[in-house]
Amino acid sequence: MASFLDRENTVAKPGYSRWMVPPAALCVHLCIGQAYAYSVFNLPMTKLIGITQSAPGDWKLTELGWIFSLAIFFLGVSSALFGRWVEEGGPRKAMFTAACCWAGGFFISAIGVHLHTLWLIYLGYGVLGGIALGIGYISPVSTLIKWFPDRPGMATGMAIMGFGGGAFIASPLSVWLMSKFNTTTHIGVMETFIVLGVVYFFFMIVGSIIVRVPAPGWAPAGYVAPETSKKLITRNDVFVYDAVKTPQFWLIWWVLCLNVTAGIGVLGQASAMSQEMFPGHITPVAAAGFVGLMSLFNMGGRFCWASLSDYIGRRNTYFVFMVLGFLLYCTVPFAGNTGNVVLFVCCFLVIISMYGGGFSTVPAYLKDMFGVRYVGAIHGLLLTAWSMAGIFGPVLVNYIREYNVTHGVPKAQAYNTTMYIMAGLLVIGFICNLLVKAVHSRYHMVGDKPGSVANGALATADSAKA
Amino acid sequence: MQTTQEGATSTLQLIIAWGFVGIPLIAGVTQTLINSMKLFQ
Repeated sequence: MASFLDRENTVAKPGYSRWMVPPAALCVHLCIGQAYAYSVFNLPMTKLIGITQSAPGDWKLTELGWIFSLAIFFLGVSSALFGRWVEEGGPRKAMFTAACCWAGGFFISAIGVHLHTLWLIYLGYGVLGGIALGIGYISPVSTLIKWFPDRPGMATGMAIMGFGGGAFIASPLSVWLMSKFNTTTHIGVMETFIVLGVVYFFFMIVGSIIVRVPAPGWAPAGYVAPETSKKLITRNDVFVYDAVKTPQFWLIWWVLCLNVTAGIGVLGQASAMSQEMFPGHITPVAAAGFVGLMSLFNMGGRFCWASLSDYIGRRNTYFVFMVLGFLLYCTVPFAGNTGNVVLFVCCFLVIISMYGGGFSTVPAYLKDMFGVRYVGAIHGLLLTAWSMAGIFGPVLVNYIREYNVTHGVPKAQAYNTTMYIMAGLLVIGFICNLLVKAVHSRYHMVGDKPGSVANGALATADSAKA
Repeated sequence: MQTTQEGATSTLQLIIAWGFVGIPLIAGVTQTLINSMKLFQ
């Protein structure tokens, strides 16, 4: 079993189609993308004892909110901690581990629901599920880049699109399952968790079975690797722990963090914001439709923007995000003041597509800067920017709105300041992106040695000769 | 030659693999799109 999971046993034989790898990646990303739909369990879990309404002893929404926060926190932690292991162990081992953790998280959570013990759900979905999110998210990234050296943006865009699309499957599936298991004396959350655990385990295992890594030296037919490095596309590799010593890593970290902060805040508040900015025009039902449309653009943007980056370049793609995002955020207050719902909706749909695009373009950006060898591990470290943005974004939107409302600003205009702050963040992001230059050659790996070690040794040898 | 045949991916395998992930995804997207139309009603 252990050998089946090893990287050596996942090397593709001649004739294996690289188009089998995106579905393998999607098997994992569509499953872990369920995290975006976790909120469908929140309300039912506040009525596990009272059934029709919350009873004393039932969990509160504030207590349940920690489950998702813990999962996202452990996503960042695990992708940063296990990135190198994922890279060196290979995609099959990582996908298998993610499948075990993800399904295990659901099963432990089911026990937690059955015993009405909240810490078991924190441990199950929050900690174990979060670890699965981190490992699963980065597991197919470098494999896809190796299979698609001609179109790395499109390849990673496809997988990361799956993470955005997972909620589209999980949300109706979870609601349907709960309706099947609900009785007059029982809410079917526990059974739904068990079924989801089994289904997701099966899906992810299929992904781990069909995934392959290319044989050394493999290249797609007709593809000729460039002889020399381009200005911002290196042919060298940078060791994962050397990458964090470069300014480029931290500049891209800030670019991602600021782009995600700008998007995540409005994504979480889209329903309330649209209704408050257009009272009487956007009803709660229409707002729900708006949120659904935003989710679709979030998913579509992941594929479209990352694919476009293969043609216009990664840095230019982020320039588009920053400039266009700035203009659109500045337009939103105008749309609100003039009551132009269509303009408002269009602005946010494009903004949210760029939010998704920011996630999916970054692996290829890292590959351009640091090479292919440790791109998955470096990507894992970079995802801490996501965790940070997950705190900043909603806090900015919620607290500034709250401050404005308590200081007498009408609700319809309470978001204007936030929009201008978001636009300002994108200006900072633009500057960070502008400062990204090619990584210095002293960080390039020499054979299997990290650049810092090899070049340090060279320096010592030179000084000894002198 | 034999090695090539052993590892070769057939069109059927590709269809099954893409259908395995594509069908649930398309179903979910369609459902979301239908719900999103409420914005325009």
